[in-house]
Amino acid sequence: MPHSSPPPAAPHPHNSLTRIGWRRLRRDRVGFAALCIVGAYLLLALAAWSGLVASHWQDEVAHPYAPPTLFAGSAPHHLELDAADIDAADRRAASAAAQDSSGATGLSADEDPLAADLAAAEQQSAQYRSAGQARADSLPLGADQRGRDVLQKLLQGSATSLQVGIAGALLALAIGTVLGALSGYFGGLLDDLLMWGYSVFTSVPDMLLLLAFAAVSGRGIGTVVLVMAFTSWTGTFRLMRAEFLKHKGRDYVRAADAIGAGHGRRMFHHILPNVGHLLLVQFSMLTVALIKYEAILSFLGFGVGVTQVSWGAMLAEAPAELLQGYWWQMLAVTLCMSLLVTAFSLLADSLRDALDPKVK
Amino acid sequence: MLAYIVRRVWQMVPTLFGVMLLLFVLFNWVGGDPSYILAGKNLSAEALAGIRQQLGLDLPLPQQFLIFVRQVLTLDFGTSWSTQQPVSALLHSRIGPSLLLTGSMLLLGTVLAIAIAALVAYRRGSLTDRLVTLIATCAMSVSALVYIIAGQYWLAFKGGWFPIMGWSDSTLDNLLHYLPLPLLLGVIVGLAPDIRFYRSCFVEELGHDYVRTARAKGLSEPVIMLKHVLRNAMIPVVTSLMMSLPYLMMGAMLLETFFGIPGMGKEVVMAVERSDFPVIKAITIYIALATMLFNLLTDIVYKLIDPRVQLH
Repeated sequence: MPHSSPPPAAPHPHNSLTRIGWRRLRRDRVGFAALCIVGAYLLLALAAWSGLVASHWQDEVAHPYAPPTLFAGSAPHHLELDAADIDAADRRAASAAAQDSSGATGLSADEDPLAADLAAAEQQSAQYRSAGQARADSLPLGADQRGRDVLQKLLQGSATSLQVGIAGALLALAIGTVLGALSGYFGGLLDDLLMWGYSVFTSVPDMLLLLAFAAVSGRGIGTVVLVMAFTSWTGTFRLMRAEFLKHKGRDYVRAADAIGAGHGRRMFHHILPNVGHLLLVQFSMLTVALIKYEAILSFLGFGVGVTQVSWGAMLAEAPAELLQGYWWQMLAVTLCMSLLVTAFSLLADSLRDALDPKVK
Repeated sequence: MLAYIVRRVWQMVPTLFGVMLLLFVLFNWVGGDPSYILAGKNLSAEALAGIRQQLGLDLPLPQQFLIFVRQVLTLDFGTSWSTQQPVSALLHSRIGPSLLLTGSMLLLGTVLAIAIAALVAYRRGSLTDRLVTLIATCAMSVSALVYIIAGQYWLAFKGGWFPIMGWSDSTLDNLLHYLPLPLLLGVIVGLAPDIRFYRSCFVEELGHDYVRTARAKGLSEPVIMLKHVLRNAMIPVVTSLMMSLPYLMMGAMLLETFFGIPGMGKEVVMAVERSDFPVIKAITIYIALATMLFNLLTDIVYKLIDPRVQLH
């Protein structure tokens, strides 16, 4: 335990649980690989978040549904109509309808009340019609409906999903820890009150609670984080309550009391570091759960805003794309998300083993 | 036992009160004024005032809360804001399809998961065991959305083996025609976590002394597995199954949305989309009640199947 002073003759004066855990984690090949993958995702997310990469994900850089470079030959082709095609079609229709000179609306130019407005609008739009930048025929991971680069969207979406998962998990952890600490440490009436709140929140299934919160709040990353934190603090609360209940009677806490440490100091300076390893495991499990929830919420349209992109928002485009044979965006999101979720789950397992004080 | 049940039911009262308070705070306070949503495009001061009066929104908050409490006690949640149907009739028509889907999912999924878990736990450490664990870990990492999108596309649209979506009025038609694909996809999504959990239950039981004793007396392996290990390993399995029963009522939200099954899950999603607060409130209260009742039932069943458990 970090806070019991080590005997003077101990061979490793700083043999704290964190240090032992870190050494065990480095020896665990699977756990260490998982840690590296999660770390790489975090770095990418940080880069995307700070605008170093994928800051132009909204630019329409390729033709709609441009295929991935490797599959440029075999992928289904998207037939794109540009202004010249539409003009030609219009002219054909006009010449066919020239006999009665009524055009598409069935009205002559004098009768059509919108004709003048339409002509003016056409003139105006001609002013703004620019040559546009050259659009690519294929991209490393293909393009979406509007010709946006799937790779850039993927990076930006990963950043959003990770941000939501991690921020939501941290906030849920903070709420659960503080309430659990108060409940377990003080007991009595406060404990009864907080346990009542716990039973209320656990009597409604997570997803229903999430949707009920989503129904009254708007969209956007901040809202999603808050909603997720408010609905998923209960597991941490229960865990921390039990731990604080167990630890508050231990000798080191009574010793801290004897040297005059106040309640707050005993709770958060003495007990908390001794249960922190449980929080680390809880954090990785919560993050995985919240990333999955975010995908579902965004898919249903209650998640991130329309100007943001996340894995769920990208998956929401997948059914319509698949129908036309454009499979690349869905495959990219699936692989990217599965890799992170697997790595995070394996990391949680390894952390649990590495930080278990009972294992020597 | 009776005293225990009475005490537990009595404890549900404050919890239910808490759920009502939470919903009230969410929808009547955080949610803002719903009359703007209801008024739609014909926005006029009289229309707004009329809607507010109709919903009781012009009353002070404590009085509004009393109205909500009365709704819960009489289980009469008024009419849906979007369809004007009575909420109770609406939910009554939605519960059947949900139970059909989730009930058959639970049944098939549990039988399959227990069989596979018992098999791999018995041969733990072998290649099969490690392979199944690895596949389960990978399968769990893929979002449920992907299974449903891919399954609907390849099995129904491309393969043409199942209808793409739909539901009919006849149960037989549903069972034979519309249910199989959602059922299959639901079982696939739920199988991996179940196998992992049940496997750990079986592995723990296999390490106990009574298994060694049974082997030492010369019992055959099938008898040991089926008569001794299975019965003990079923204790946590039954508990987790009982705990999942209230979720049956909630339905499989994603599956119902994708396959157009008119169940509770789809109703929740649509109600949230349309800001249909009475429907959301009613479903939440019903599910919370069911969760509390099934938690009690779980503890009682736990006591019945494991005589070592003391209820207190």
